[in-house]
Amino acid sequence: MILVGAAGRRRVVLAANAAALALRLQPGMPAAQARALRADALAEPADPAGDARALDQLALWALKRYAPVVAADPPDGLVLDVTGATHLWGGETALLQDIIDRLAAVGITARAAMTGSWGAAHALARWVARPMAIVPSDQSGRAIADLPVQALRLPKGMAAALGKVGIDHVGEIEAKPRARLALRFGPKLTRRLDQAYGRAAEPIQPIEAPELVQARRAFAEPIGAPETLARYTLKLVEVLCAQLEAKGLGARLLDLRFHRVDNRLETIRVGTARPVRDIKRLTRLLCDKLETVDPGFGVDTMVLVATLAEPLDWKLVATDLTTPAAPDIADLVDMLSNRLGPGRLYRLAPAQSDVPERSTRKIAATAPPTAQAWQAGWPRPARLLARPELIEAMALLPDQPPVSFTWRGVRRRVRRADGPERIFGEWWRRDGEIDAVRDYFQLEDEAGDRFWVFRRGDGELPWTGDLTWYLHGVFG
Amino acid sequence: MLEPRPRSAFDTLRAEIQRIEASGRAPPGVLPFGVDTLDQRLPAGGLALGALHEVAGGGPGALDGAAPALFAAGIAGRTRGQVLWCLTRRDLFAPSLEQSGLASDRVIYVEAGDEKTVLACFEEGLRHGGLGAVVGEVVRLSMTASRRLQLAAEGSGTLALAVRRWRREAEAADFGQPTAATTRWRVSALPSSPLPTTGVGRARWFVELLRCKAGDAADFELEACDETGRLALPADLAHRSLAPGAWQVRAAG
Repeated sequence: MILVGAAGRRRVVLAANAAALALRLQPGMPAAQARALRADALAEPADPAGDARALDQLALWALKRYAPVVAADPPDGLVLDVTGATHLWGGETALLQDIIDRLAAVGITARAAMTGSWGAAHALARWVARPMAIVPSDQSGRAIADLPVQALRLPKGMAAALGKVGIDHVGEIEAKPRARLALRFGPKLTRRLDQAYGRAAEPIQPIEAPELVQARRAFAEPIGAPETLARYTLKLVEVLCAQLEAKGLGARLLDLRFHRVDNRLETIRVGTARPVRDIKRLTRLLCDKLETVDPGFGVDTMVLVATLAEPLDWKLVATDLTTPAAPDIADLVDMLSNRLGPGRLYRLAPAQSDVPERSTRKIAATAPPTAQAWQAGWPRPARLLARPELIEAMALLPDQPPVSFTWRGVRRRVRRADGPERIFGEWWRRDGEIDAVRDYFQLEDEAGDRFWVFRRGDGELPWTGDLTWYLHGVFG
Repeated sequence: MLEPRPRSAFDTLRAEIQRIEASGRAPPGVLPFGVDTLDQRLPAGGLALGALHEVAGGGPGALDGAAPALFAAGIAGRTRGQVLWCLTRRDLFAPSLEQSGLASDRVIYVEAGDEKTVLACFEEGLRHGGLGAVVGEVVRLSMTASRRLQLAAEGSGTLALAVRRWRREAEAADFGQPTAATTRWRVSALPSSPLPTTGVGRARWFVELLRCKAGDAADFELEACDETGRLALPADLAHRSLAPGAWQVRAAG
């Protein structure tokens, strides 16, 4: 399939899918030639306005999912300012991988690059990323030096003009004296160059979505004092909550953007576990993060957007007369998880496994009670070592506890012991565990310190383990 | 068994001072241990709610913090409401907390990256007021930090438990430094309760009350928390007459 559209006065192929590319129908080829080559190729008229709308939709999705500052980079890209958002995804690679995977799931083949400036990221995503490129900011200059000049987002015709004077690569422009370049090609070239090298600031104008509930406030004089910012945050939250209430919504994700007078953008993003419309609570969440905002020479506009909003209606809280209502701690959970990042606040619930390391699973801090409990009666240590530590132990086979053992260079005589508690490997998780056996013992030394040790193998069959001893936990 | 001390002029004075310190707030009450020997040594017959209590381990327990964690879990388990547990190292094993009386549904773990964050979360949890207890595992607890925690606990009436846990044995000397905590405990492991057969019996602790505001220091030999979070006096101490082999008689009869 090919898309046919007008380029100047000619009708050319603007885009081709993989099947068409395999038939050597390439973008840029005149439409008549393409039809002559393959009369049966499906040709559709290109719809640039529709493409732009779809790109905006995609930008909106990225805004809700990834970062507070997202814009469409037409004709075929998105630009995200992920400053301070990568840790939520477990690193830069994980973030880009998530974007690529999510887009692949809806049939979009994406390439992603991350670096210090928009210009460089634009170039790397289109010319280097296969499918991903992450370049530290201080090395992005070197990374883009070998790319063709088309990577610089130059106006039409300028790349060809540069080619005429023998400049093909970005690095060659960078090496030339700037004054003469500017004289010949105009200021646009040097500006694009500076933007790619991160010397000139290039603000990202975040996508405006009228369907999102938002409140905006422009100031006659730029503001910068933390108390002033906090006061106007409160005023914006009040306006936003009134709008949310009118629509019966509660905010799940809030973005507060500070447009600085020097045309930079600072943002705060806070999320909540459940939809919230409480002015005090939302203000508290936002003000908690105000210290991360650098107002520079002042802020002239503040915009508060409820990026994610969900239905929230007043409801009666069920109470009974005998017990006091359980206090709501959702606001505390929200505040701490906004401060620490997600995944740092959790509850532990029993998991269906006898292997100690696998017997707990994390659930959300605000999840409803599970009413599950671990198997009672088996001794479990207060501290479980991250990985079992090898100890030297003397014991009779097959099922006697050690008489003495040496852990971390200290030899301990065992006074009392209990065991074994035999735990079999979980063959349905890993093939290697099919024969594995651990025999756990609870040991008490002469001072009364209690330890949880295990022996690999059941002491009779050699393939169940190599009979080495490990210390796995410490009892209280 | 100890007799309750007679009410002296000191006690009247203490009550007066407490009233002034509380500055009009109703005292949030106490949480008794349910062990008379222990409760009699505490000023109001139990562990004061709305106050900071420090617990550390003795010997190797100062590093692994196993016994103090269970001691704290037993206390937190007997409060009402959710419990926030702030930690930096993730070696706490949840099933053992349940065996010490703190159900898994009630504990919210906060994995803070560093000491400073632990203290900040600790204080935030105390100020909220909706929690039953807040437990924080901290290495260093300065006078200022502990004072902040104590004030936060007083303000909301939430029980604050600081589990002190060091990385090196030499650092444990830090426990001698003064803090603003209302009580300070040291819990060390003792050989477990003897069983008639081979095996390890119920764990026993040597519980030292090192410091107690408006009270005296004391030490106790106790059995570790059971699944309801209660400590107990060892049977051979409670009934001193229990002769070796008495269990056989009872088992036979």
